[in-house]
Amino acid sequence: MKPVLKGTSFVLVHVPHIMTEAGTTFSVEREENNDSEFLQNAPNHIRTFEECLRYAPNQAFIGNIDPESLDSLPKPWYEHLIEGERFGKFGEIMPEDEFYALMQIADVFDLVLLEDGFVETIKGKLSNHPLINANDVAKLKGKPHMEIEKQVNENGAIPLKVDGILVGCVRKAHDKDETLAAHVMLENLATKASAILALKHLLHNAQIDPGQIEYIIECSEEACGDMNQRGGGNFAKAIGEIVGTLNATGSDVRGFCAGPAHAILHASSLVASGVFKNVVVIAGGATAKLGMNGKEHVKKGLPLLEDTLGGFGVLISADDGVSPVIRLDSVGAHTVGTGASPQQVMSALTVNPLEKLGLTLSDVDKYAPELQNPEVTEPAGAGDVPKSNYKMIAALAVKRGEIKKDDMDTFISEHGMPGFAPTQGHIPSGVPIMGSAREKIMAGALNRVMVIGKGSLFLSRMTNQFDGVSFLIESNNGTVEQQTGKAADEQKLRTLLADALRDVAQHLRSSEE
Amino acid sequence: MDLEVQGRIKELAEQYGAENVVVILGNSDPDGASIFAETVTNGDPSFAGPLAGVALGLPVYHIVEPEIKQAVDPNVYEEQVGIVEMVLDVDAIINAVKSIREQYSQYPL
Repeated sequence: MKPVLKGTSFVLVHVPHIMTEAGTTFSVEREENNDSEFLQNAPNHIRTFEECLRYAPNQAFIGNIDPESLDSLPKPWYEHLIEGERFGKFGEIMPEDEFYALMQIADVFDLVLLEDGFVETIKGKLSNHPLINANDVAKLKGKPHMEIEKQVNENGAIPLKVDGILVGCVRKAHDKDETLAAHVMLENLATKASAILALKHLLHNAQIDPGQIEYIIECSEEACGDMNQRGGGNFAKAIGEIVGTLNATGSDVRGFCAGPAHAILHASSLVASGVFKNVVVIAGGATAKLGMNGKEHVKKGLPLLEDTLGGFGVLISADDGVSPVIRLDSVGAHTVGTGASPQQVMSALTVNPLEKLGLTLSDVDKYAPELQNPEVTEPAGAGDVPKSNYKMIAALAVKRGEIKKDDMDTFISEHGMPGFAPTQGHIPSGVPIMGSAREKIMAGALNRVMVIGKGSLFLSRMTNQFDGVSFLIESNNGTVEQQTGKAADEQKLRTLLADALRDVAQHLRSSEE
Repeated sequence: MDLEVQGRIKELAEQYGAENVVVILGNSDPDGASIFAETVTNGDPSFAGPLAGVALGLPVYHIVEPEIKQAVDPNVYEEQVGIVEMVLDVDAIINAVKSIREQYSQYPL
């Protein structure tokens, strides 16, 4: 059974307060030098919700503009804001106050406390949300302001603020266990809540009933568990519970930034094998990475651009004859023995799987490697990450004699695209193309797209290995394979016999002549 | 530069003597190379890591600089760096690292 890309969703959550509270650049700085110039200047660089909304890469992420159109917009994008909508065809950009409420909806252990007055206001706002239902809103409950102040001042709860005013907090889940400390619970609940938002949009976009989902693979970069199993999981099932995917179980897949690409391969394999028909791959955002390059942004007079959590959902289903196909007959894999030089990595992920199918690098219409927004990374000295990847692929094409060196720029503009995803680690890693790629493939504008996930495993200090996997998405030829197992084998045998008999008949006829 | 890496470089310079250590960079862009070069010579410009305010003055080169390239087996260089060299702005990177080296490196190669 061919696995197909049945639907996608992409969401952002504008969280300027959580950025300053939980982003590691901020929290480490506060611990070491609470009076630093950076911490004093940072508040002047925080964007309003509207500025975040009208930021072109964010509009591209939720599907209101084609990511490829970004190159034709005036730069810097943060100075040339465009008309922006909160909702797009792939998802939305949620403001922080509504997200606090969603975190409480996601919380089943009374860890997110919200103030009475805030809850009343936010209930009104959320009632208008197209995907947050009455059952969700009914879960919201308020506490007196005094109790929240007490939790923050005496029990180490993390404050939740809107425009500098305390409206709630996230408290610790255990007195001694550091893996259940308040900052970890905030991190995990933010991941869970943003993934819930992504899953709600995915089900809506794919027009599928929650009950039809059979398996969920969560692939963010956080670890939930307790001190006896720090990364025990299972975000996937916790997310499915809130969204109401009653017939689904699930598990978490990790692989740093390559996690999502691994997860999509797992999901596609589960569908191809016939184990499940509808598998969701889901990821929420990473609070730790908010404001990660903030020091450089503040120093250079930019807004703090890393003020959004990202989330996405991908639905892999059994072949419907229409949706683009995830090819499993040849996938790219950076293996233990591959080597770590950039050219070895890129060859393993692009050239090798294509060669196996008799294809060249030029046969892929679009490549989606790490799609980080360059406006975020360049001021911090990390360069234009997608462009570096495209240059490497073009250079491989030159080395293989597919194109001339002078044609590298043309190759890059034809087979590449500008980066537009938030620097949330796993979020930019190839997957953000899947929304527009699905549409363009179905419209016949693209035929073949390669998603490349890469991960820096050395960060865990467990190995110096690099990692990556890649896969191809192609247009569906409309032939739905319905037979599997014995039936398929019998059909194959019948075809072979018929072919052989036809050959014999042909042979006899030509001998007679 | 990653705080852990800064710590490792500081440790190695202390263990073997700054005059016996050479830092070879592999950054893909001139700005990044410049920040890394400054970190191991004049100290961490972001004042965040173990090299904040620590001027080790180490000799620092990028892998694409001729001094380093000629010291490497050409076959190994081609296999490991050849394609990358084709896509990098080699001149800009060399100038960026050289400028920092001339200002802050205290030891010859």
